[in-house]
Amino acid sequence: MSSVAVIDYGMGNLHSIAKALQHAEPDVDVKIVADADQILQADRVVFPGVGAMRDCMQALNQSGLSDVIQCAAKTKPLLGICLGMQALLTDSEENEDTLGLNIFPGHVVRFSEALVDDHGNKLKIPHMGWNEVHFRPHPLWHNIPQNSRFYFVHSYYAQSSDVSLIAATSQYPTAFTCALAKNNIFAVQFHPEKSQTVGLQLLSNFLHWDGQI
Amino acid sequence: MSLAKRIIPCLDVADGRVVKGVKFVDIRDAGDPVEIARRYDREGADEITFLDITATHDNRNTMVNVVEQVASEVFIPLTVGGGIRTLDDIRRMLNAGADKVGINSAAVFNPEFVREAAERFGSQCIVVAIDAKKVSQPGEIERWEIFTHGGRKPTGIEAIGWAKKMVSYGAGEILLTSMDRDGTREGFDLPLTCAISEAVSVPVIASGGVGNLEHLAEGVLKGKADAVLAASIFHFAEYTIQQAKQHMSSRGIEMRL
Repeated sequence: MSSVAVIDYGMGNLHSIAKALQHAEPDVDVKIVADADQILQADRVVFPGVGAMRDCMQALNQSGLSDVIQCAAKTKPLLGICLGMQALLTDSEENEDTLGLNIFPGHVVRFSEALVDDHGNKLKIPHMGWNEVHFRPHPLWHNIPQNSRFYFVHSYYAQSSDVSLIAATSQYPTAFTCALAKNNIFAVQFHPEKSQTVGLQLLSNFLHWDGQI
Repeated sequence: MSLAKRIIPCLDVADGRVVKGVKFVDIRDAGDPVEIARRYDREGADEITFLDITATHDNRNTMVNVVEQVASEVFIPLTVGGGIRTLDDIRRMLNAGADKVGINSAAVFNPEFVREAAERFGSQCIVVAIDAKKVSQPGEIERWEIFTHGGRKPTGIEAIGWAKKMVSYGAGEILLTSMDRDGTREGFDLPLTCAISEAVSVPVIASGGVGNLEHLAEGVLKGKADAVLAASIFHFAEYTIQQAKQHMSSRGIEMRL
């Protein structure tokens, strides 16, 4: 039986992610864990997160889990979700420039308050709801139709300095990066665990992924 | 193509059962929450909101169980409101599988509670629910005030200013219910919805008064709502969520079909 560790560092709704992983693949051993050894023993690792970047990085650094994530990122399939994606970048302008894990080069920036939609109405922040995801080929999009809608809720987004790492974009109102991929690492801004059929498919794909592109 | 407008069926829950009343009275049984949530999910609901309309201590435990059961099989965002008064209430609901909590009366009694909640759990999960009622007379400039306790107690607080204040305290979304329209099936209070939506930077969910599918479309087109919430038109199977989405889409509104 293969196993997946959902990293518990006190941030985010881990139970939703664990339940969705279990629902996507009933035969997989899904664990919510804070212990470094248990995380590194799992076949795959999910790095979730909601809330603020500073709290997230503080929790990771104090618990020593940032080293564990760096280690997992070199050795096994790793899926970052929402804040768990943002924390993989170099830094974030949230909370007066917080340093991230620098696994993906780039910055995390806030949506501009001045944006307007096609009808001239101001765009609301957070970007909340179901948006279309336009993706490049990658094993994690298997059986997911191009431009499927996933559920988002965030005010900051990733700006990678290396366009070859962009695995998907969405429009709000212009294109922003909503998924990043590098080797055995995949990260999404949206919440697959809250994105119904297509979200469960992505989680299932991750649980079958060997980390190769 | 970009962000879709959302349809959110609302389940008023009392003693673990879904109920529906008119203007918060004359309550009728409408079914089992887990079963109804599953049906809405299949029909394409974008989120589901549970409102604990009794919100007693015993009922909150029942509500936690309902949320847990629904969250194990329905993988779309879930919001829980009613009786959320402490950080511990919020933690329990989030741990049970809720993605957001609705705070209403507790925000009025202690606005700092909203700030603390947003700091602790993040603005993305803090929905401030506002029950507003028109207090201006015909011919006067329109003015709405907020009410608590399921619309029974006036507060004297002006609604638009209150919505802005709640956003500045960290609310990530506003759930706006017109007490004049709730249960009437006459449609949303569009001037109220539009005024609040234009006044705040966060998404606004319009609620109260939906009687047909065109009302849902009006909420977005004229009320400028980011999401529309309805209960009775879906519970009693007058319309499916899918029919509602098709109608809104035919009116040029971007939807997840």
